[in-house]
Amino acid sequence: MSTVDTSGAEPENTSGDAGGADADTTPAPAVEVLDCRGMRCPLPVIKLARRLPEVPVGTVVRVLADDPAAAVDIPAWCRMREQEFLGASHDPGYDDAPAYDVRRRQ
Amino acid sequence: MGWADSPPGTTPVGPGPAGRGRRVGAGGPGADPARGRAGLRWLGPGYGGQVVTANDETVRPATVRPADDELPDRPGVADDRPPPVYFDAASAAPLHPAARQALQAALEDGWADPDKLYGVARRSRQLLEAARAVVAEAIGCRPEEVTFTPGGADANRRALLGLLRGRRRFGDTLVHSAIEHSSVLHTAAAHVAAGGRAVSVPVDRLGRLDLAAFRDAVTADGVAAAAVMSANHEVGTVQPLDEVAALCAEAGVPLLVDAAQSVGRVPVPAGWSVLTASARKWGGPAGVGVLAVRAGVRYDAAEPAPPVPVPLAVAAAAALRAAVASAEAEAARLFPLVERIRTTVAATVPDVEVVGDPVHRLPNLVTFSCLYVDGEALLHALDRRGFAVSSGSSCTSSTLDPSHVLVAMGVLSHGNVRVSLHRETTESDVDRFLAELPGIVAGLRAQAGATDL
Repeated sequence: MSTVDTSGAEPENTSGDAGGADADTTPAPAVEVLDCRGMRCPLPVIKLARRLPEVPVGTVVRVLADDPAAAVDIPAWCRMREQEFLGASHDPGYDDAPAYDVRRRQ
Repeated sequence: MGWADSPPGTTPVGPGPAGRGRRVGAGGPGADPARGRAGLRWLGPGYGGQVVTANDETVRPATVRPADDELPDRPGVADDRPPPVYFDAASAAPLHPAARQALQAALEDGWADPDKLYGVARRSRQLLEAARAVVAEAIGCRPEEVTFTPGGADANRRALLGLLRGRRRFGDTLVHSAIEHSSVLHTAAAHVAAGGRAVSVPVDRLGRLDLAAFRDAVTADGVAAAAVMSANHEVGTVQPLDEVAALCAEAGVPLLVDAAQSVGRVPVPAGWSVLTASARKWGGPAGVGVLAVRAGVRYDAAEPAPPVPVPLAVAAAAALRAAVASAEAEAARLFPLVERIRTTVAATVPDVEVVGDPVHRLPNLVTFSCLYVDGEALLHALDRRGFAVSSGSSCTSSTLDPSHVLVAMGVLSHGNVRVSLHRETTESDVDRFLAELPGIVAGLRAQAGATDL
């Protein structure tokens, strides 16, 4: 769908090993960026649910979403789907759009 | 007058659109030929000549609801639409038949300005005083501590402004839970904008107040007032008010309890300084709120509440009296029905999150969120099947922000449905809802291409 580019970093690295859902300081290296700007709930979550199973386990997907509901719905989806929510930040590469990083677990 | 007796669709003010009889408020369950002062007998001697008893003939039992085959005809409608089922009592419960009767009677008997000094005015004033006494007894305070306001939200705003003004020599901080009604949060925001302070105390995933954080906040210096609701209007979680009230008393901070969802349904702990409620939640008419300020509380109302029409206040009191009389039985009847919804929805709808405290909750309210479903689409789909429900999803709000309650709890906010039951709800209403919901959700997921995710 609107999966856009990859940022080129390695899939696994330093932060967020112990399920650090509260980290919004140093985001893990994003491999995939899903640009869901302009989409309303629940579309960003649907895009994420569709994309995550396609990437290798351990890969981090960054969801860009400006719908305020994404801030609660993406972490909630991760909890329901037992995926790892790494944290929220703003991506300077995309006009400081709200960004949510999710690592595929299984 | 007389609209309550007319068939729906034949009078200019009859509720419900012509052509599709609405069970709720259509005059069916509440229509009663009793007229005039007979409708006020429940107020006691002098209002129709009878002493009030719980079985007073003018107050019909709470179980009255027509069977489906007794529903009013739907003229000109040859559709196969099922009869409407109203599941939004947390917004407004259907008008109680006792309220309809009392309203009718009080319109004839309580129309004069209660502040004047002539005979018919005294009559109005007596009705108003009797209504206050009924409310005071229901919430556990003295009649002179009760004021009627134009609504529950208005009562909350007045309550906070009165407490903040009354306590301004002690501090300017308002402590409140993160899941208070928007009228409390808006007042807090206005207080901050005017230079005051507000501290929002978090809740856990079930919507329960973080008592340790509340203790820290309320014992800090400069706290003027605290606000914690009795039970949450969106998820039904009942707050630990005894503990909250004890902490406030220890800190010497007055406590506002927004009891809108509890009054007339479940007992409200006594530890409040100021209590607010809303008549339409218990089956009274819209446009009547309750503001009760205990004697001795430092409270400085900047301006008096505008007068509430006496007939509306009387109708609100009649409904409350009837609701309280049957509250225990209704709670015992509805609590397991909500339990059935909680367990059945979780079992029959894939990828659903049932939210709120499963045990310490209102007897009549349940909320759940369906993954990958648009909340507004779900509401419309349910409406087409005759179910009136509410939602905290952002797409159903005017601001496009998700419900602050769901956000504070950290639970899924899209595809959200709130079901709130009331005295007219039957087991078969609930079962039909539970039978239809899985197919409706599956259909919407298929439309969104969100199956097998």
